[in-house]
Amino acid sequence: MRRLEMILSRLAWFVPTLAGLVVIVFLISNVIPTDPVRVLLGENATPAQVEAMRIKLGYDQPLWVQLARHFRDILSGNLGISIYSQRPISEDLAQRLPATLELTLVAITLSIAVGIPLGVMSALKRNSLLDHMVRVISVSGLAIAAFWLAMLLQFLFSMKLGVAPLNSRIDGFGPPPVTGFMTVDSLLDWDMESLRSAFSHITLPALTLALPAAATIVRFTRAGVLDVINSNHVLYQRAMGMPPGLIVWKYVLRNALISTVTQIGLIFGVLVTNAVIVETVFDWPGIGTFAVQSILQSDHKAIIGFTIWIGALIVIVNLLVDIVHSFIDPRGTR
Amino acid sequence: MMPGWRRELGRLARDRAAALGMALLLLLIVAAIFAPILAPFPGDVADFHTANRLHSPDAANWLGTDRMGSDLLSRIVFGARITITIAFVAVGSAVVLGVPIGLVAGYYGGWPSNLLMRVSDIFLAVPQIVLAIAIAQTLGPSIENVILALSITYWPFWARLVFAETRSLKNEVFIESAIALGASPLRVMTLHVLPNIASAIIVRTSIGMGATILTAAALGFLGLGAPPPTPEWGRMIAESREFLPEAWWYATAPGIAIVMVVMGFNLLGDGLRDFLDPRIRRGAGGK
Repeated sequence: MRRLEMILSRLAWFVPTLAGLVVIVFLISNVIPTDPVRVLLGENATPAQVEAMRIKLGYDQPLWVQLARHFRDILSGNLGISIYSQRPISEDLAQRLPATLELTLVAITLSIAVGIPLGVMSALKRNSLLDHMVRVISVSGLAIAAFWLAMLLQFLFSMKLGVAPLNSRIDGFGPPPVTGFMTVDSLLDWDMESLRSAFSHITLPALTLALPAAATIVRFTRAGVLDVINSNHVLYQRAMGMPPGLIVWKYVLRNALISTVTQIGLIFGVLVTNAVIVETVFDWPGIGTFAVQSILQSDHKAIIGFTIWIGALIVIVNLLVDIVHSFIDPRGTR
Repeated sequence: MMPGWRRELGRLARDRAAALGMALLLLLIVAAIFAPILAPFPGDVADFHTANRLHSPDAANWLGTDRMGSDLLSRIVFGARITITIAFVAVGSAVVLGVPIGLVAGYYGGWPSNLLMRVSDIFLAVPQIVLAIAIAQTLGPSIENVILALSITYWPFWARLVFAETRSLKNEVFIESAIALGASPLRVMTLHVLPNIASAIIVRTSIGMGATILTAAALGFLGLGAPPPTPEWGRMIAESREFLPEAWWYATAPGIAIVMVVMGFNLLGDGLRDFLDPRIRRGAGGK
């Protein structure tokens, strides 16, 4: 019952949070000293043309009227037309979202697959050579600028060794879109050439994103396992002669992973943050590249659209994390 | 029992990781302060010698030269000033803004504190870099605007931390007795609550410095930081991109500088956490 209550109250905050987000981003993008209408029409436009376009786009109205219009548009699912691509922003975002999701999902899977075992081993063999190596790597993984790591990987694997493509998602046109995930679509189409190409393209950007995420997971798993190993219930189980493997897999891991799961919501935020930059370096056609381009071109509506989508995504992920958390750690829901 | 700050500092320095962190940060501070003396070619921050462009590292230019023929080592040493300014001013403002908000919201509770925390939730719902890019782009490319953008996006981290700590402290007996003795809310907050949550704030601030430097470098990389002749590390990496397969040293040097500084703050933060956590302290500090 408590769990349901928690989920409902979180859902109730969902709309106000997003509405607040719209207001903040709207205010920020409206104190812009550059005039979007002028940018759009270029320097040779006559004052009359500028005025006509300003009225057409609604920039002549007072700020609060513009804000009210924004809300009306957003509620009807219409985020406006991108000034530059001249396409609906929702369409642009919807088309690009799978690319970003595919990248972040591969990265998070990679970081969990590497991070949790390394964290556990590092804690079980505390102060061993492995532990020291893992700690050094995880400390440096959190200190590397994502765009620099991206360039380093490009330099090493694309330019020098030539084993991975430099940028973009796939060679040629790719498989017919079903899910929008190149890897899944290639598999559905049973096109092995595309599948190979999709995987080789996603490797470098996913590695770039996965390193700091894996570093975070290693740190929290290691700390969690160390905490549990030193607890009384593990001491008791040891004293009772339980096999060490069973203690680790059944009792230590479950308790240790609680803090790791909580971190995954946070890690997802970090991944999306880095994706914005990493996508730009790898020319990955996701919403990160879209965001950077719209921002550099002062495309207000596109910025607001992007922010709402990302905000909603992160709020949903955090909600999911809380739900998973409430199952593996029932203490909070009592 | 003769504590004294010297002995305490010595204890922190015995933690090898924290000592390395302090050494890295000391290097940064020394580089920033003595940049004109330490840099082999101090003039190269603004001057260029195109005949010398893209030279690989040699005896004269230890880290090589960039696309304008300027000495990379000199530019990186001067860049330390920018990095340190951005980190200290941006994080400083975020702390100055976030800590009182969290303190007041946590102490009083009720709907105003709920509202404040919801506002910080909204800020935390969007990746920092996105908001920072939007703000920095809005204001125009300059160091001041990068600092402003970062402080606006970072304050909620401290507000939330202080809020949570204050709320849990509020029910402690020593706070209740201070209130019962007639201490004013301001006095309770500044003299009783704040000292008890200071260690949490310090640790968060040290780690926040590293994160801020990474975000600032990313803004510079996107061209939203200081304008061209400024030796900002992120911008230097962006400039080096088009010369990549050949001039590998161009991108390498500023990237390593960023890693060293961020690692310094992170290691120091970790060390401080262990140092200030009384649970660990009892175990380690006994002997």
